[in-house]
Amino acid sequence: MNNIKKSFWQKIHIDPLFCLFITLLLGYSLYILWSASGQDIDMMQKRVIQILLGFFVMIVFAQFSPRSYEQWAPYLYIICIIILVLVDIFGYTSKGAQRWLDLGVIRFQPSEIAKIAVPLMVAKFIHRDGCPPPLKTTLQTLAIIGVPTLLVAMQPDLGTAILIVMSGIFIIFLAGINWRFILVALILMAIFLPIMWFYLMHDYQRERVLTLFNPERDPNGTGYHIIQSKTAIGSGGIWGKGWLEGTQSQLEFLPERHTDFIFSVIAEEFGFIGSIVLLILFLCLIIRGLIIAAQAQTTFGRILSGGLILVFFVYVFINIGMVSGILPVVGVPLPLISYGGSSLVVLMASFGIMMSIHTHRYMLSKNI
Amino acid sequence: MVIILLIFVLLANLADLQISNFSYYSTKSNNNRIEIIPIPPSRGMIYDRNGTPLAINNITYQLNIVPDKTKNLNEQFEQLKKIVDLTDEDIENFQKERRNYRAHRPVPLKENLTEKQIARFIVDQHRFPFASIVKIQHRYYPYGASLTHILGYISKINTQDKQRLEEENKTSDYVATFNIGKMGIERYYEDVLHGTAGNEKVEVNSRGRIVRLLEQHPPQAGEDIYLSINLKLQLYIESLLAGRKASVVAIDPNNGEVLAMVSNPSYDSNDFVGGISSKKYSELLDDPSKPLFNRALLGAYPPASTVKPFISIAALSEGVVSPKSVVNDPGWWQLPGTERRYRDWLKWGHGHVDVLRAIEESVDTYFYQVAYDMGIDRLNLWMTKFGYGERTGIDISANEETRAVMPSREWKLKRHKKSWLQGDTIPVGIGQGYWTATPMQMAKALTTLINNGKTFTPHFLLYKKSDIINTNQSQPIINPEKYVEPNSLVDVNPTYWALAKEGMHRVMFGARGTARKVYAGAKYQAAGKSGTAQVYGLKENETYNAHKIPEHLRDHALFIAYAPYDKPKIALAIVIENGGGGSSNGGAVARKILDYYLEGDNSTELDDASSSTTGHED
Repeated sequence: MNNIKKSFWQKIHIDPLFCLFITLLLGYSLYILWSASGQDIDMMQKRVIQILLGFFVMIVFAQFSPRSYEQWAPYLYIICIIILVLVDIFGYTSKGAQRWLDLGVIRFQPSEIAKIAVPLMVAKFIHRDGCPPPLKTTLQTLAIIGVPTLLVAMQPDLGTAILIVMSGIFIIFLAGINWRFILVALILMAIFLPIMWFYLMHDYQRERVLTLFNPERDPNGTGYHIIQSKTAIGSGGIWGKGWLEGTQSQLEFLPERHTDFIFSVIAEEFGFIGSIVLLILFLCLIIRGLIIAAQAQTTFGRILSGGLILVFFVYVFINIGMVSGILPVVGVPLPLISYGGSSLVVLMASFGIMMSIHTHRYMLSKNI
Repeated sequence: MVIILLIFVLLANLADLQISNFSYYSTKSNNNRIEIIPIPPSRGMIYDRNGTPLAINNITYQLNIVPDKTKNLNEQFEQLKKIVDLTDEDIENFQKERRNYRAHRPVPLKENLTEKQIARFIVDQHRFPFASIVKIQHRYYPYGASLTHILGYISKINTQDKQRLEEENKTSDYVATFNIGKMGIERYYEDVLHGTAGNEKVEVNSRGRIVRLLEQHPPQAGEDIYLSINLKLQLYIESLLAGRKASVVAIDPNNGEVLAMVSNPSYDSNDFVGGISSKKYSELLDDPSKPLFNRALLGAYPPASTVKPFISIAALSEGVVSPKSVVNDPGWWQLPGTERRYRDWLKWGHGHVDVLRAIEESVDTYFYQVAYDMGIDRLNLWMTKFGYGERTGIDISANEETRAVMPSREWKLKRHKKSWLQGDTIPVGIGQGYWTATPMQMAKALTTLINNGKTFTPHFLLYKKSDIINTNQSQPIINPEKYVEPNSLVDVNPTYWALAKEGMHRVMFGARGTARKVYAGAKYQAAGKSGTAQVYGLKENETYNAHKIPEHLRDHALFIAYAPYDKPKIALAIVIENGGGGSSNGGAVARKILDYYLEGDNSTELDDASSSTTGHED
């Protein structure tokens, strides 16, 4: 630990291995974006700016100590709730959903902030009463998760809402929870699902779920996206059609090819091999993330970084599952790969927090 | 662990899509992006025997629009109304047509744009990015009504045509074709004229826009054909028949080539290309002179006395008469064993007549006796050999030609549910009674007689363009022998043929020939036979007076003729409905046609008196 080289990474509070996998995935994303954007130079420039901004945010977030996150968590959470309420009232409508807040210079999706604010708040709250948390704390925690989730679901943004719930639940889970709670939670879910179906879901979301089970139900309408995406993936074969040669993506049969459906572009142009390479990179990143969580010295640090990396995995799983037709199309982008600023910056911020947890443990140990 | 498990779920699903079902999705993806656009072939042209174009492809301009490219279609129509004079009917048609087109494909909105409309559109084109003007080939018949009954026309493919194409497995060739031959030569030679459709394989994007051309198979144009029609003769004959309901067929007896086929009145076939208006069509339908009716092939007229030479051949061959045998004609003939008398056209009779005189003077009683002696069975057998009661087999669809009627016992039983009476046989001897024939049949029978029994199927096709190319010579190979029909008439004693022809020669040049007046002064020798078909049955004591009978009940004038006598170049059959006496009226038309064809003379002025005074002579 006294090595000078290591102390450079130590100094900027960055985990080099974790950072390497992030960089590789972002590189992959740039490479495929040139194809998925239809060779749009403007989009490439914006993406480069998004990535640079992301790294900047990650480094900045890595500088703060885990303790400060613990302290700020309630404030961040409250600010997040306020903004979400504002979005529901004044939000910028895009594709039938109010997700955007236009601040003049930049438009961003406040629901993304919830992805960090909720796990932070939950981790702090649960950690306060010691682990495993008692029933009362658990129920309170569920309320903490529930409020922003409902606000996001009202926008409506089902994909993000699910991720927010996940991010909270994972923390509770990692805090060590009684199996009985899980059972109760499952029963609650079983009750909640029909409520969600009939009262909270929009028609277009219901359609998406229905067409998941049978995309041919409506080949020109909602099923069209899934059919075209599966066609793109399937026609890629083992080796793929080649970079910029994907007919489904280049001829725009594939919907939202540079955002939600970017995985289909990869699968079409680089085939099964390209998909495996991508999944291995994701797996490496996740394993490294789990190691970081395991090595965390505080319970707060462990459950927070564990929760964040698990949510990241859920992100990946839902997106790929959705474009390849085993999950409904809920509008979750592929993390690090899909085009989109808010999502990337928030993701990089969460990685920054994880690095902070990882790199500050020695200082803590020194202090102790 | 759970993570790795879930990753494997993803991988398994991907492997299923990309490896197991690769070919399924690959095909699906290709179907998405590859589209085949058919290209219609250009239709072969039709020429007359001298290379004058009779059916050509004109270029017309059509306004197409892509309806998906614009939102306010009705608003745009309002704008276009001012520019290309769009009518509500156009819009209605467009809305109907639209359903047959794929999305993002141009749909025709207005056809036959004028130069003014095109110019106005081009100026304002930027306002209508969804619209474009395209060139289309348009069938045009430069001689309009003059050739309609020969050429027919092409028109929009209808459900019936589609069904036929499907049965004949030709649908793929017609995917881009709008019109198909409906009648006449256009229909009969459809396969030759149409050609083979080509196509372009293109890559399209999700909005149907063509991104690039992948493959191109150019269409193969239809073949040009040359008809045996002599356009000048056709037009000349038409001019002779102006204002009359009449039909003339002219055949080259050396090979069966049809030189002219006129059915008057006619209609302009150009009206039918691309659809005729219902008003125009009902006008044609309701016209009492029946312009839609092709008299040359569908008109069944009693052949009347024009059959006498053929009956003579049959009677001589059967030994019913001999060249020398003589019959006395008192002006009537009585059916043996009855009181029934059949009159001759000449009230006081011709006296003693042999076969030559019988033809020359068209002696009815002679042929009553012949018919009586022959009986209907033998008459039917022999006349069928001359093609009566049979389709001529001309290269026009069979449903555009009638068999007419060569009566027989079976025919009467079937048609009238009555058995044949002896009295039915007698008028058959002079080409009346139940017997009917088309002008084309008469011309074919005459050609057979000229050739001593050798029978040619009359035909319009002279040669196809490929007949020139294949032989690598400038002259096409024309083989008339392929139009020869086997016929037992070739075994008939040549002297009988000579007798019949001599009789026909005397009709025109003999001292008592029925048509001698109209042939006075002809510079060539010719042969012919007149006929007058009764439309109106005279009562026992009534005498025929053309001026007292309404026109539509007046006799049909018939005439068959050929010339030059020793080396015939042309055989004619003429029917003039309600034209009066055949020898004078039909003969006069024949004279003019022969003069024109053989002498290049269209100035023959015939004495009007000759045609009006002869009245009922036949």
